[in-house]
Amino acid sequence: MGKFTKKKDGIHLDRRSFLKGAALGVAGIALPLHKADASVWEAFFQKRFIEMNDAEKKQVLARLEREYEEKYKIAIKVGDEKAIPGVLFGYGLDLSRCIGCRRCVYACVEENNQSKDPQIQWISVLRFKKGEKWVDLENSDRYYNPELVPEEGYFTMPVQCQQCENPPCVRACPTQATWKEPDGIVVVDYNWCIGCRYCMAACPYGARHFNWAEPGRKPEELNPETHYLGNRPRYKGVVEKCTFCIQRTRKGLYPACVEACPVGARKFGNLLDPNSEIRYAIEHKRVFRLKEDLNTNPKFYYFFAYGT
Amino acid sequence: MTKKLKAGPVLYLILLAAIIVLPVIARAEDDDISNKFFVPPPPFSPGIFPCSQCHRGMPVNKHPRKLQMHQEIADNFKHMPGGWCFDCHNPDNRDKLRLANGKLVSFKKSYILCGQCHGVVLRDWKVGLHGKRTGMWNGKKEYRLCVNCHWPHNPPFKAIKPLPPPVRPADIK
Repeated sequence: MGKFTKKKDGIHLDRRSFLKGAALGVAGIALPLHKADASVWEAFFQKRFIEMNDAEKKQVLARLEREYEEKYKIAIKVGDEKAIPGVLFGYGLDLSRCIGCRRCVYACVEENNQSKDPQIQWISVLRFKKGEKWVDLENSDRYYNPELVPEEGYFTMPVQCQQCENPPCVRACPTQATWKEPDGIVVVDYNWCIGCRYCMAACPYGARHFNWAEPGRKPEELNPETHYLGNRPRYKGVVEKCTFCIQRTRKGLYPACVEACPVGARKFGNLLDPNSEIRYAIEHKRVFRLKEDLNTNPKFYYFFAYGT
Repeated sequence: MTKKLKAGPVLYLILLAAIIVLPVIARAEDDDISNKFFVPPPPFSPGIFPCSQCHRGMPVNKHPRKLQMHQEIADNFKHMPGGWCFDCHNPDNRDKLRLANGKLVSFKKSYILCGQCHGVVLRDWKVGLHGKRTGMWNGKKEYRLCVNCHWPHNPPFKAIKPLPPPVRPADIK
């Protein structure tokens, strides 16, 4: 019998020769790669970050630092600080003080290495008219641009990832590339994300953002202090989100947005520490969480310091 | 009878001790607050402090009037209706501020002065809720004095220009 026969309806290829050919083909693809770079193989067979042991993590971080240095020509440190035991991060935002100046939005972009062109911002500041039905997020204005803020008759409400205790995005991910860390931060493994954007559809807060193109940012504008699960440079076709500045907060620092806010409307701390600022706000002020009815259990608390 | 006579002096002693000790405790609490957090220096205009470098030996005139110096402050003053310098500043020692009860506080602790009226805000500020914090969420926090953000002679926060809005989806090329 011949390996393949030509019939009226096309070429007939038996199974054995197809498999042989396929194996040869794969080997053929592999040949130049073997010569080019071992790191491509390493990246291909990399595990999920959450499944790696310390030695594997070290190897991966070293490889990433090498890749970034080659790509951006500057040294970028990729860290893997672990969650601090006994810490559950919580965030407070004082709506009676926010003036909508967007300082937080741009401080976040500087800190977390988002793409500037195309533009990705993790914080959206929504403007509402006072006295109207305002939790109607769909009809809020993100594009307000007056001479000065605050404006008479309006108030503003920044929205970012609410770091849900029951995150719908995590359940939607088909590859388990996103998960909730022990300190409550929902993170993305950019090397496991396949870019299906199911998590974006699942998120009720519009907090996840997609890299439709290669992230556009000048290398000299990159923040070289990064975390694997946080602000390290991203790839085209992956989803990213606010991580409470994981690279800062796991070292004890405040998130960049907290330090940027000129009116001190942003509060951050450990929900398990009864003496923390955030616990004081929850216990003494009027507090609500966004879309609480969805049972997402956010750890982002909006409060009003005025008018208790 | 004897018991009653004994209890008298003891009670008296306790009362006396309380009178002596209580202000000390109160003072210690005051100092505790300033030790607990770091506060930057007050935002003086360069060269203006200490005030006594000019005011020493100057006759004190407590009456509201057109001033030769600092008139710009009087012109922009918008804090308490009918307010005047000596509501907060101290006529006898200009390097200190004066509380309503006559006690003097340094400019570094001006929050005590502000807290006389704004008690709720002072309470929130002490626990870290009012005002901007920088530093460590689990360690050393940097506080700011009331006057670092609010000009005390006209305290409301001034309006600022917002940073540019995000790109509209329609404008993405």
